[in-house]
Amino acid sequence: MQVELTVNGRRRTDEVEPRLLLVHYLREVCGLRAANVGCDTTSCGACTVLLNGTSVKSCTVLTVQANGQQVTTAEGLASNGDLHPVQAAFRQEHGLQCGFCTPGMVMATVGLLSENPHPTETEVREGLEGNFCRCTGYHNIVRAVLAAAEAGAGAEAGA
Amino acid sequence: MIPAPFDYVAAQSPAHALDLLDRHGDEAKLLAGGHSLLPMMKLRLATPSVLIDIGRLAELTGIRAEGDELVIGAATPHAVLASSELVRADAPLLAHSAAQVGDPQIRHRGTIGGSLAHADPAADLPMALLALGGSVDLLGRDGTRNVVADDFFTGFFETSLAEDELIAAVRVPRRPGQGWGYQKFVRRANDWAVVGVAAVDGRIALANMGSVPLRAHAAERALAEGAGPAEAAELAADDTEPSEDVHADRDYRRHLARVLTRRALTRRT
Repeated sequence: MQVELTVNGRRRTDEVEPRLLLVHYLREVCGLRAANVGCDTTSCGACTVLLNGTSVKSCTVLTVQANGQQVTTAEGLASNGDLHPVQAAFRQEHGLQCGFCTPGMVMATVGLLSENPHPTETEVREGLEGNFCRCTGYHNIVRAVLAAAEAGAGAEAGA
Repeated sequence: MIPAPFDYVAAQSPAHALDLLDRHGDEAKLLAGGHSLLPMMKLRLATPSVLIDIGRLAELTGIRAEGDELVIGAATPHAVLASSELVRADAPLLAHSAAQVGDPQIRHRGTIGGSLAHADPAADLPMALLALGGSVDLLGRDGTRNVVADDFFTGFFETSLAEDELIAAVRVPRRPGQGWGYQKFVRRANDWAVVGVAAVDGRIALANMGSVPLRAHAAERALAEGAGPAEAAELAADDTEPSEDVHADRDYRRHLARVLTRRALTRRT
């Protein structure tokens, strides 16, 4: 089936099987490897991307369901070589260890801050409950999200 | 994990979806958010040959007040339900329940109609609808019929929704300022309830205490006859036959039902 999606601001048309999951479309058809396949069961959040500005787990979305819509991956956040404030905050606060969960954490954070630009620490922890860090590096991740909010990332979120 | 192959059709209207259901019979499945169906298809526990996407039909979204009821489009995502000012004011237990489903990403996609049609006895929204005394509007070729929550859940993952019907809307009574309590005992973040209890206006519903969400009738009767919360809660597990699994045996589930009912009757969360 033919689908037309806008991925990281670029419109593209592809022929896909209806059963192709959005995460596989992004990784294998678009060549965008930031979204990871972790648990593959809607639990870990490593495949989180934005669909029309809202965070979703792309292992549980069909590409055909996203037909005509906008998808943003971590590759689409930086502009003109400048890191998105959320990315910059994750680097500044060292909000990562092995890095596997990081693209999902960053995208979930962008989604969270677009809904709630100034979350409390509790709201950050609850807002990221759909993302697992198997290194258990949550403290720095939470610090990074709070720093991103402080830097005004909510205003740019979902851009 | 890759689902088995299927054909996909985006329905253009509820009537179109019903035509497609009629044409494809039990080979077809309705798809909205897909957060119950797609995981089952990835595990090949479900292998429909046609998916009929009703997730983007405007007719099935939106929340409005209609007399003394709230009418919620079946394709309304949990996140929209949870943040709706109307729902938070007039059916606060429902808004709270929607906010307990999964995690933010799941709540962005999963829908109230999908959760009710899936009818997991451990899930949040079936229990909430039962506690609230709500109902569902089932749209078929001959029109719409309304089924109350007490009659909707008929068995383990089974409902009275016919193969050629779809859930169009969900109705709950409007009760601003009503007292309510909601308890969900989980082992892990984001998990389904080992046991759940929702209490509102003298009605008590239990999650995961049987093959369907259940009313705690004996406890409700005791409340109506003037018993206090602690006394009524002692009866919460009467006439239940909960399943046993790695998380809890039967006696432990019954114990949880009593404790959580007492809490639900004495505080909100």
